[in-house]
Amino acid sequence: MGYLIETVYFLTAALFILGLKRMSHPTTARSGIVWAGYGMVLATVVSFVHPQITANIIPTNYVLMVVAIAIGGAIAWWGAKKVPMTAMPQMIAIYNGMGGGAAAAIAAVELLKNHGDKVPQTHILIMAVAGALIGAVAFSGSVVAFGKLQELKFFKDDAKFRFTGQQKANAVIFGAAVLLGLVIALSHSASGALISVFFLLALAFGAMMALPIGGADMPVVISLFNAFTGLAVALEGFVLGNSAMIIAGIIVGSSGTLLTLMMAKAMNRSVSNVLFSNWAALGSGEAQAVTGSLKPMEPPDAAIQMAYASKVIIVPGYGMAVAQAQHKIWEMCKLLIERDVVVKFAIHPVAGRMPGHMNVLLAEAGVPYDLIFDMEEINEEFLTADVALVIGANDVVNPAARTDKASPIYGMPILNVDHAKNVQVIKRGKGVGFAGIENALFFADNTRMVYGDAQKVAAGMIQGIKDLG
Amino acid sequence: MEAVVAFFSPIYILMLAGILGYEIIGKVPVILHTPLMSGTNFVHGIVLVGAMVALGQAVTPLEQTIGFLGVLLGAGNAVGGYFVTERMLEMFKSSKGQEK
Repeated sequence: MGYLIETVYFLTAALFILGLKRMSHPTTARSGIVWAGYGMVLATVVSFVHPQITANIIPTNYVLMVVAIAIGGAIAWWGAKKVPMTAMPQMIAIYNGMGGGAAAAIAAVELLKNHGDKVPQTHILIMAVAGALIGAVAFSGSVVAFGKLQELKFFKDDAKFRFTGQQKANAVIFGAAVLLGLVIALSHSASGALISVFFLLALAFGAMMALPIGGADMPVVISLFNAFTGLAVALEGFVLGNSAMIIAGIIVGSSGTLLTLMMAKAMNRSVSNVLFSNWAALGSGEAQAVTGSLKPMEPPDAAIQMAYASKVIIVPGYGMAVAQAQHKIWEMCKLLIERDVVVKFAIHPVAGRMPGHMNVLLAEAGVPYDLIFDMEEINEEFLTADVALVIGANDVVNPAARTDKASPIYGMPILNVDHAKNVQVIKRGKGVGFAGIENALFFADNTRMVYGDAQKVAAGMIQGIKDLG
Repeated sequence: MEAVVAFFSPIYILMLAGILGYEIIGKVPVILHTPLMSGTNFVHGIVLVGAMVALGQAVTPLEQTIGFLGVLLGAGNAVGGYFVTERMLEMFKSSKGQEK
């Protein structure tokens, strides 16, 4: 039986690796997740006859296993099918949290089992405790991240979770959890009460860590928790001697870490900066005053300007996602393409709430991915664009990032929208962006503001183009 | 000697898998970052297997309860991660005909 299990786990690991490899290219991506899915099903089925279980069969446990898989699977399936595409980031967060929780649960069972009769090796216990700590942090942190992105009332106000000495308090909680973990691992006979306190501290730390972080920084945090869960799974894999868990966990741990660094870099912030500070504390003085006026434009007029352009670059931001305007925007673009206008989409690495989030939304609306360009690919092209249409994006097109050293976003790479001949900005109102600063772009001579809900504005633009005949 | 090999082989796995994960992500275009993050999220759903083993060995009611929770959460991670990723990737199309 051991050979069967190990062979299948080996296959599963291979399928995971090949699947992830296929997921890294748009044309094969879909088959990649299917391959990985087969691997998961194989591993799950064969684990029912795992020698560590069959050595001493307890029928109740099998019943519990089947019931737990049915309930957990059904709820997750329902959630994943039902959720709108704009809510994907928080769904990833909650599923990730579940994984972290599961890793912590494995550790809890192992730790409870291990006191008394047989003495396990110290290094195994240390790994169990480390996995428990990381998994529990990922669990409670992800739940908080979910609550924030879902905009649940309780999490609405970031400021109410900020207090002086917060980082010291967090450090004390973390230190206490580590200390208790070491006591548990080294004593070999920790009581259930001690283990409970350890888990409570770890869970509290995860929540405390995520609570003061603003919604716009959440992608970095979710990505970090994703890497954490991977690591926790790998550690529990060592504890159980399960090679599939070790390989899958480490791959996620390392790829998740890299992804986190890439996201933070795109925002011109270090990971520690995201975790331990907030925007208000940044910036080193008064920002430059913005001069000029906001010049409004009606959607049909904006449409006519685009219809007679030879090249239009569209810059979508989170505002487009909130307004669910991607379908209407693409409908408008198709009309422009029919009129031989070159239409391209420019995506800032942190547009939306996750890297690639905008791409997913545009793909949902049917925009072919070869019309969608990364910042590096397209930034030169703004010089030759007749119109740059900004939809619900703000900080990622703020020229202050290039010029104003006092600005909190100074140094962040931005899309050079201001280089286009004409700029149109679809915006709900006159408010400032997430960074809380005015955007000089909006006041520039060649910029027109198209106020309104992005979906309604797009509809107005479509009508405008159609009226041209 | 055998004990030494047994001790070190997981460390080799750790190193190689770590490099592999880094390499796979390094070549991914930005447009696939969210689906890929979701994909890696699915992959660590393998924790389900470990939770099943943990529950299978549980003896006391407390261990069984925690093990049950572990399997439930692990199954949620695996199933939810899969369908969210699949839904996202299903939407990627090229304007030059469809390849799958």
